[in-house]
Formats: sequence, structure tokens, C-alpha cells
Amino acid sequence: MIIASNVSKRFGKLTALNDISVTCNRGQSIALIGPNGSGKTTLIKSILGMVVPDSGFITFDSHNIAKDWNYREQVGYMSQIGRYPDNMTVGQVFRMMMDIRKRKVNQTDQDLFEQFNLGEISEKRMRTLSGGTRQKVSAALAFMFNPKVLILDEPTAGLDPLSSEILKDKIRKEKADGKLVLITSHILSDLDEIISELIYMQDGKLVFHKPIEQLKLDTGEERLSRAIANVMTKK
Amino acid sequence: MKKIIKYVILDILRSRTIIGYTLLLMALSFSVFNVETNSSKGILSLLNVILIIVPLVSIIFSTIYIYNASEFIELLVSQPLKRKSIWISQFAGLSLALSISFLIGCGIPILIFDGTEAGIMILLMGLFLSVIFVSLAMLAAVFTRDKAKGIGISILLWLFFSLLYDGLVLFLLFQFMDYPVEKGLVALSMFNPVDLSRILILLKLDISALMGATSAIFNNFFGQTPGIVLAFTAMLMWILIPLGISIRKFNTKDL
Repeated sequence: MIIASNVSKRFGKLTALNDISVTCNRGQSIALIGPNGSGKTTLIKSILGMVVPDSGFITFDSHNIAKDWNYREQVGYMSQIGRYPDNMTVGQVFRMMMDIRKRKVNQTDQDLFEQFNLGEISEKRMRTLSGGTRQKVSAALAFMFNPKVLILDEPTAGLDPLSSEILKDKIRKEKADGKLVLITSHILSDLDEIISELIYMQDGKLVFHKPIEQLKLDTGEERLSRAIANVMTKK
Repeated sequence: MKKIIKYVILDILRSRTIIGYTLLLMALSFSVFNVETNSSKGILSLLNVILIIVPLVSIIFSTIYIYNASEFIELLVSQPLKRKSIWISQFAGLSLALSISFLIGCGIPILIFDGTEAGIMILLMGLFLSVIFVSLAMLAAVFTRDKAKGIGISILLWLFFSLLYDGLVLFLLFQFMDYPVEKGLVALSMFNPVDLSRILILLKLDISALMGATSAIFNNFFGQTPGIVLAFTAMLMWILIPLGISIRKFNTKDL
């Protein structure tokens, strides 16, 4: 569904992505893992078209994303740090997004909005929100328009345990519906029950991309966190 | 696209700066017309004020707005929207807001006290200058990530067109005094929107005779239809070229 071919990106002297090729298919749930600064967020932003690669190309349902921007209709994105216009209220942000996507309230997925009780704070301005509440807004927006692809950058960072469980349940449900889920996270225990495949990145390079079962077999470890630790120490 | 323009304008109207700007222009215009007995003298005093204030406020306000809207732009880029239409919407929203506030602030007093051709010309040029300096602001803002640097570039651009350019022209004029440079002066005026609007307004006022021989050349050129058409085309280019370059840059910008 999403195919990246030989994607490279440099920021000045730093090589953020070095010749990355990756294929993601429907129904997969993929974790992007790697040390800080290994290029995970840059890869995600390239898929979203927020970062333009220096070379290589990315296709979405066999359309080159550089030329066809409509694919973002099918993508729900939750960023690492949710940045929203300071002066808008929570309610205004939601109404604006529905307005831009030309959907009415009854055509959208309100599960997270209700479970996070965002209706109660709809009059609050975005700048007054705490980091965790912002994350809830981002999450509710990402799932709201029934996208085929969910791209979640550190989704559970900053969420309280209860909200984090709500979000994980939602991810599991969407995965069961056959959606493609791409997650980056450093909280490996969160990923354990959700993901089916793993991409490991280091210094802008893709080290490996394999199913979780394969990884556990290769490393001889039962738990994901141990398997990853095993890989990291070997490098 | 209309929807984004709507949200940009709503956002601008929420800030008090634009209301303050309108009130400032209005206070200036009314006081100028009340002090001067002759309305064409009033226009002349107003001309100098407008040529300084309108470009300055337009370029600084727009630059700051674009930097403050970076979150908003980032949010929009991840949505199913064309980058070009996001950028043009920002431009349209800013231009519309600044033009409306100029029309209210200066337009009402001018139409009340002086509905002559010169008054209409000053309004037209004020609108052009507002939009041109929004376009230049977008150019300054797209090239630098650093807000302080971007605002610095904007101030330099304003300084260049308002003061430095005239100094340069004057310098050239003295250097080549012995040659017939009048035609060259007409060409040079096209490269500065502030000068161009000053000339176009002055020619509508009677005092243009005071400018001497140069004025005759200007009058000859800008007094005829081809000259006027060329002048307005130049003003239009001052909007379109910076905007076009900034769109191309924004299309490949990393957010």
C-alpha cells in the first residue's frame, strides 16, 4: 500500500534518511524502532509529504505522493508534539478539521472523542491545554475520519495509564478492521500486543524489516523488549 | 481554499493589531484633513504618511503572522490539501484583511473630504502597496526558519524601498548629470513600488509642475494610456513575482 523506494534526505551535514526502501501492506501493524535521531520521524514525515526527500520516491496505492496530494484523505496522523493554533478552542479545531474534510459529525468516528471526554473541554483554548490533553486531541483527530492508514508518532507518550489503554484498544480494533498502522514508540511493552512487524532503523539506515515472530525466533527471546535489547547490543 | 481563507481572516480579526492599525489610519487621515484647509494639500500630507506607514505595517504584520501561523500551516499540510492552495490562502487572507482595514481607515476620510481623481489614485496605490508588501513578507518568511531573522529581512526590505533606493537613484543621477538620463529615471521608478505610487499620485496633483524638467518627462510618459498601463502592470508584477517565488519555495519546504 505504501512503498518507499531508495528514499534519502539530508539536513545540512546530517543524513536523516539513507537510501531507505520499505513496503507496507494493508492489515499490517508495523512498529518503527530505533535510537533517538535515527530518522523515524523523518521517514514518517516523508510519507505524509511534510518533508520532501532529496532522492527516491514514495508511492501510496501506486500513486506517487509528490504529485498526488489527495491520498492524505486516507491517512490519519498523530504527531509526536501536537502543534495547534494557540488562539483556537478545542471545539473550533474539531469543527475546522471536519469543515476541511467536508464531513458532518455523523460521518465521523467519535469513539475517542467521547471516551476521552473532549466535549467537556471544547471551550478551552489550545494554548491552555496540558501535553497529555493535546495528545488526546491529536489522537481523536487522527482516528476521526476513518482513515485506511494510521500513522502514530509516539502515541502513548504523555498519556495517563487509563487513556493509554483506551488508545491501545482503539488501535487494536482498527488493526482488526484491516487498516495499516504505523507506530513509533520507545515504550516497548505498549507495542508488544499491538504490532505484527518491526522495522529497525539506525543512523538513517534501515537495519531490518521482519515479522515479530521471526525476530523472536532469531533472537531466541520470548518478549519483545528483550528481543530488541538483544538486537541493540549486537550492533 | 475559501475555507482556509475564512479561518485565516477569522484568526487575524481576533488579534487587536489590525483594529489598532485601522484606527491609526483613520485618526491620521481625519486630523490631516481637519488641519489643512485645502483638500489637495491634505492629500499631499497624507501621501507621505501613507507611503511610509502602509508598507511598514503590511510587511511586519504579515511576516509575524506567517511565523505565528507555523503550527496552523503544519496542521493543514498533513490534511488532504494542496500546498499551493494553503500558501495562496494565507496570502489572500492577509491581503484581504489589510486592504479592508486600509479602505476603512483611509478610504472613508478621503471620500468624505476629497473625492477627486487624486483621492481615488491614493486609495488605489494604498491598496496596491498593502498587497505588494504582503507578498514581499511571504517571500521573506519562506526563506528563513528563524523568526528574528525573517523580521529583520522584512525591515531591511522596507528600508530599502522607502529610503535606500531613493538615495541610490539620487547618487546615480549626480554621477551621470551630464548625460540625458530622464528616460532612465522612468525605467528606474518601475523597480520600486513605493516610488512608482508616489509619482502616479503626484502627477494627479497640480503641484507636479514644481518638480521641474523631470516632471515633464514623467508627465509625458505616465500621462498617456500606454504609460499608465505599463505602470499598473509593473505594480501587478510586484505582487505576482514575489508570491510566485515564495510558492515555489514553499512547495518543497520541510516542515
